[in-house]
Amino acid sequence: MLHVLTPAEWEAVELSLRVGLWSTLLSVPPGFALAYLLARGRFPGKVALDGLVHLPLVLPPVVTGYLLLLAFGRNGPLGQLLDDVFGVTVAFRWTGAVVASAVMSLPLLIRPMRLSIEAVDRKLEATARTLGASRWDAFLSVTLPLSMPGVLAGAVLGFARGLGEFGATITFVSNIPGETRTLPLAIYTLLQVPGGEGQVLRLSVLAIVLAFVALIAAELLARNLARRLQG
Amino acid sequence: MLVIDIDATLGSFALKARIEAPASGVLALFGPSGAGKSSIANAIAGLLRPDKGRIALGSTTLFDSGARINVPPERRGIGLVFQDARLFPHLTVEDNLLFGRKRAQKHGTKDGLDVSPQQVIDLLGLGTFLKRRPGTLSGGERQRVALGRALLARPRLLVLDEPLAALDTARRSEILDYLAAIKATVDLPMVLVSHAVDEVVRLADRVAVVHEGEVADLGSTGAVLATPLLARLSGAGEPMAVIDAVSDGPAKGDGTLTRYVFPGGVLALPGAPAPRGEHVRLRIWAREVILASQPPIGLSVRNALTGTVRDIASAGEGICDVTVLVGETTLVARITESAAHALELVPGLPVFALVKSLAVDRFGGTVEL
Repeated sequence: MLHVLTPAEWEAVELSLRVGLWSTLLSVPPGFALAYLLARGRFPGKVALDGLVHLPLVLPPVVTGYLLLLAFGRNGPLGQLLDDVFGVTVAFRWTGAVVASAVMSLPLLIRPMRLSIEAVDRKLEATARTLGASRWDAFLSVTLPLSMPGVLAGAVLGFARGLGEFGATITFVSNIPGETRTLPLAIYTLLQVPGGEGQVLRLSVLAIVLAFVALIAAELLARNLARRLQG
Repeated sequence: MLVIDIDATLGSFALKARIEAPASGVLALFGPSGAGKSSIANAIAGLLRPDKGRIALGSTTLFDSGARINVPPERRGIGLVFQDARLFPHLTVEDNLLFGRKRAQKHGTKDGLDVSPQQVIDLLGLGTFLKRRPGTLSGGERQRVALGRALLARPRLLVLDEPLAALDTARRSEILDYLAAIKATVDLPMVLVSHAVDEVVRLADRVAVVHEGEVADLGSTGAVLATPLLARLSGAGEPMAVIDAVSDGPAKGDGTLTRYVFPGGVLALPGAPAPRGEHVRLRIWAREVILASQPPIGLSVRNALTGTVRDIASAGEGICDVTVLVGETTLVARITESAAHALELVPGLPVFALVKSLAVDRFGGTVEL
């Protein structure tokens, strides 16, 4: 049923996948650190941190996008820092779409990670310590592999969420063909054009297929891992 | 020497443990559930930090609040085996076994038990499931792997925290046999945390009775198990004598009996004969011992041991437990107070303790697997 896509459509699909992958790579390490902190940490302000992390889930995406623009724009403090240190500009670039995706998918990414870290029996870590493993060694050889199903599930969920990111992206980095026009933005643009319904339908089906494949893959991976972990 | 002198707060409950015992053989921490035994085990291994005090093994101080020493668990060389085997579910049996050994090799650990994986696999019969994952093992198999894993981590002391409590009766006796085999083959001091007196009888050389957060008694297994306190805590309702004896082969003139020599006397017992020189442990319940002030004649009882009364403790309801020293061995007899009066029993009085051969339980020193 899928007709051959036009170059512009391919561009949007390729950009979406690129943004999704980079956003996942970018958000998994801090996501895991935050998930670990929230699962295991005992510190003042934990509730506040928990709230802050989940804020993008409930905030209007346009607000998140605007805040990103303030922080990462050319004159924003974080934007200047990125430019000075890494020479990376994110405002109105595809890299900005990556940042928007990463921030928006963080809460979705953290939840399964946190659950699976909480599910790791801390007695197993203590046992590893008595067998000669340092705290760090016990984390790497016991906690991390045992929470892997959640890490994978979180990563794929975050990826799927990143593919569909719209509100924060369009606010933060606008809708520039070939640079920031990802699949959802392309669909939105086509809806503004008379006679674009056919293309909209094609791209929508494509978006559904991509999201569905990602979710199924996450579920299968998690099941497979869980089975291996339980012997 | 293993020195434990710690105060710890566990919720609303205060633990004060003072134990000093040779760092050899098996020391049992015996007591009812919730008495603080497992906390002592965790403190030895470094998983629980006492409020204050000192823990030392040989010349190594593991914890000393005064000197601000608290060696982390990974550098203590204490192998800990738990009630739930706590195998790593994501590793095969083989990788579980080698987990501690690899780390000991990496850190170049020189002291501690030096056994090869093959020795441990043979000793514990693990050869058939090395490639399997813990999830597919039975409870008894898991506990064997946990034992092997702890033995291979070059421990200087093996702490067994209720290792049999989660197993059914058949598996329990199987693991008990393996523990006895470890004790017999491996030169490693052990601490056995247990609330089951039969485990203590089978394995322990010394017993520390932990009761309501304190060490209520500490001594040789024979001495501690003969006390009324133990009778009360063990749930058995009566004290028992535990005697370490050596087989002297068939009794003269009666080949159906085997003589077992212990410091203070000899018992001739029926049953499968133990080869001469084999060490056995004998258990005699207090009810099965009769006391006489005169040498008995014309009785079916074969074993009359001469000793002196050490102590008479009332057990209530007109009965009392009389501790009798037979040489260096403690024997205990449960008799009526009226009989004690009739015999005019007082500490220091010479008596004859009559033991019915069939009432003696015998545990092999070395166990054939």
